[in-house]
Amino acid sequence: MPNSYDIAVIGGGLLGSAIAWGLGRIGQRVCVLDEGDIAKRASRANFALVWVQSKGLGMPAYTGWTMQASDTWPKLAAELLDQTGLDVCFQRNGGFHLALGEEELEQRSALLKRLHNQPGAVDYKMEILGREQVARMLPHIGPEVSGGSFCPYDGHVNSLRTFRALHTGMAKFGVDYRPEHPVSDIKYVQGEFRLASPNGEIRAGKIVLAAGNANQTLAPMVGLEAPMGPTRGQIVVTERTMPFLPHPLTTVRQTDEGTVMIGDSKEDMLDDTVLNLPISSVMADRAQRMFPLLGRLNVVRSWSGIRVMPKDGFPIYDQSETCPGAFVTCCHSGVTLASNHAFEIAPMVAAGALDKKKLGAFSATRFQKSDVRTSGYY
Amino acid sequence: MFKRFDDDTRKVVEIFVDGRPVMAREGDTVSAALFASGLDVRRKTAVSGAPRLPYCMMGVCFDCLVTIDGMGNRQGCLVPVHPGMQIEIQKGKREIGR
Repeated sequence: MPNSYDIAVIGGGLLGSAIAWGLGRIGQRVCVLDEGDIAKRASRANFALVWVQSKGLGMPAYTGWTMQASDTWPKLAAELLDQTGLDVCFQRNGGFHLALGEEELEQRSALLKRLHNQPGAVDYKMEILGREQVARMLPHIGPEVSGGSFCPYDGHVNSLRTFRALHTGMAKFGVDYRPEHPVSDIKYVQGEFRLASPNGEIRAGKIVLAAGNANQTLAPMVGLEAPMGPTRGQIVVTERTMPFLPHPLTTVRQTDEGTVMIGDSKEDMLDDTVLNLPISSVMADRAQRMFPLLGRLNVVRSWSGIRVMPKDGFPIYDQSETCPGAFVTCCHSGVTLASNHAFEIAPMVAAGALDKKKLGAFSATRFQKSDVRTSGYY
Repeated sequence: MFKRFDDDTRKVVEIFVDGRPVMAREGDTVSAALFASGLDVRRKTAVSGAPRLPYCMMGVCFDCLVTIDGMGNRQGCLVPVHPGMQIEIQKGKREIGR
């Protein structure tokens, strides 16, 4: 049957395409059902960090998962380059979070202690560096920088090119990509999933929900849940300049092609067609106090985007008890975790079951407990 | 390639292009003066390093980017010359702090 597949991945963003690429890589017959160009897509509106430091406060399992992703990103970048010829410019030489003033540095230091002291948290090898040490690695810092935290596993990537490489690569693996196929209904009939879309019905033996914030609506159709709490973020982008920033920061990074990205706010508003200028100006002001020379550069773009965000900030990976073969995957860090999605989640989906030992902590059943803690995801 | 009209009687303004004196005319834009100078004034683009010259001459295409009096990425087609102006043909990206 032409519209029948081993696995249908619902959502063709960074998360869905990484899983579909990983499935195609191990020979599965896969289709990706995606929205069209006007989808609110975090895959095209993100800060492109492959980030480790300070992630996992409140969920120690997330520290190990993040480290694994960071460790296997070089393999993903190398395979994509080899397969597609696209260099995603992955760089992992350590990243900073800078503090302006002593109070911010103390707060950062306290946060790292809490993170590190959690039983089961892996060692991120993070250090709090004083101003002089920071200045040796980031020579352009301004007088207000009091110091910062440094993690050697942090890095960044060209996320737009990564997105393109995953799509190019999955096509080469024979994955059918179908845009303009937003899924409106899912039925589980005699061991098979029937997916309704405006452009026809698709059938598959298994499904992976990777539809971002829309997972919240889709998951209950197959006996799963995915409580989401999306937020908006804003970014300011400068003109291209010669390389001056050798390490990425949580809020400032220089891209491989020279632009400087300044991020990143967190707002409850969910309209991504407008900007809140006072917020942009606070972000630009802080960036300029960290690196006064930025004040000479022209801003060429600013934009906002909607974060995919599970309610507590941590990823959700789960499989359905009532509809075997249905999986749900949601996360905020679709760039950082892309390697895990390709090399870990995809083989588990192909085999028909998530590894409980590895992923049990990420089950959405955690939302049924009353004491859910939130992450503060940086 | 470009030649001034014989009856252009505007005042001469001396500017410097990569340190070399060039006689522009009062009211010239930087890009017009560079074209009339007869020098090789091709810049290099920021990412691929492709050679480029001013194109639209009206502030839209950004192919006239040039360093003027120490400030990078100025649009040469929108800036009038002044006596003693220092122009550098920009090879690649703007430098931070310039």
